[in-house]
Amino acid sequence: MLNAYLENTLVYDPALCNGCGMCVQVCPHAVFEMDGRLAVQVRPQVCMECGACQLNCVTGAIRVESGVGCASAMIQAALTGKKEAECSCC
Amino acid sequence: MIDLASIASTPTIAPTRTRLTAADRWDHFLARVGVRRGEHRVEPGLYALGSPTPASPVFVSANYTLSFDALRSSLDGIDGYILVLDTKGINVWCAAGKGTFSTDEIVNRVFATHLKEVVSHRKLILPQLGAPGVAAHAVKKRSGFWVEYGPVRAADLPEYLKTHTATPQMRKVTFSLRDRLVLTPVDLTRLFPYTLAAALVLYFVGGWTASLAAITAVLAGTILFPALLPWIPTHNFSTKGFLLGALAALPFVLSPFIRHPDWSWYHRLGQALEFLLAMPAVTAFIALNFTGSTTFTSRSGVKREMFAYIPAMAWTFGTGILLAIVFIFVR
Repeated sequence: MLNAYLENTLVYDPALCNGCGMCVQVCPHAVFEMDGRLAVQVRPQVCMECGACQLNCVTGAIRVESGVGCASAMIQAALTGKKEAECSCC
Repeated sequence: MIDLASIASTPTIAPTRTRLTAADRWDHFLARVGVRRGEHRVEPGLYALGSPTPASPVFVSANYTLSFDALRSSLDGIDGYILVLDTKGINVWCAAGKGTFSTDEIVNRVFATHLKEVVSHRKLILPQLGAPGVAAHAVKKRSGFWVEYGPVRAADLPEYLKTHTATPQMRKVTFSLRDRLVLTPVDLTRLFPYTLAAALVLYFVGGWTASLAAITAVLAGTILFPALLPWIPTHNFSTKGFLLGALAALPFVLSPFIRHPDWSWYHRLGQALEFLLAMPAVTAFIALNFTGSTTFTSRSGVKREMFAYIPAMAWTFGTGILLAIVFIFVR
């Protein structure tokens, strides 16, 4: 059966990593870990695309199409034509 | 609107306390049941907790009472400052996702409150879940303040403050049974008028069984689904909802066979199908809408799931309702 959550938009280029460790700090699902002076993806499949790592990565080594995984927000945006941020759940 | 703090020439610091009052708890209760949503606000600005000195830590929070109160009530015995951002009465994580708990807002608030004249150090402690809206390096460049991401949960702050390093456990979000159940009253309140209207209409056209079916489908989606979420098989919220909805529909599906042996076979089968088609679709739709309340669904995943299952929900629901209408005339 389909698992819609098997894939996500997280892309990481270790060649650009400066080892600051911010991604390890900000990720709420422990996707990254430090291996010496380099961040490595240890659980990329649990990424929820919150975008915290991308925003706090000073070298731009992390790319993710961030957004809130909220069906209610997307349905309301589709029905009203407003921005997705205007949802009633939070 | 003129922000008074931004035109004041000297810092204004409001006192606050770690002890929550009965009024605070009443406000939390109203927020949790969804009464006057968006109005559970704290005035943005700088607050003093205990008797802070220029060396005391500065904690950043949202202007949602549940966020602000979780922070201050966790800091018992600690002297410090709380910098409350204007997040439009929305919690830290959602506000970060919406872009109101942001780099811009932190920089503006730091200058508006004259924070540099209040403290001698240059460090802000942010809740980790503010990170989706904040670029730490940009805050440093624009305000001069270093951003330190504290733990996810304010309750871990006293432990965190001993070393200023968070354990992996402090950095991870969880979604316990309690976390899930505390969200259910808001959805119940939101869906109550629609459910009541549907139940009333269904009572007049289909009797109390049809009326009860609508209420059951909604309750399965709003209460049973969040409660049982990790234990329902399949990965997607929609399929989980269909399964749970079918289970909740079972008594209604069986009822025409048990209660109406005098009916023709197609009348009994027809009514059974009405419930089997319409009820799971309702539960599945509510379940799908729970994605935004969880702590782990990705936007691309939810989108894939919506495209895959919303048509199925619409078709099964539509067919169920159509059958119901047909059987009003065909007896």
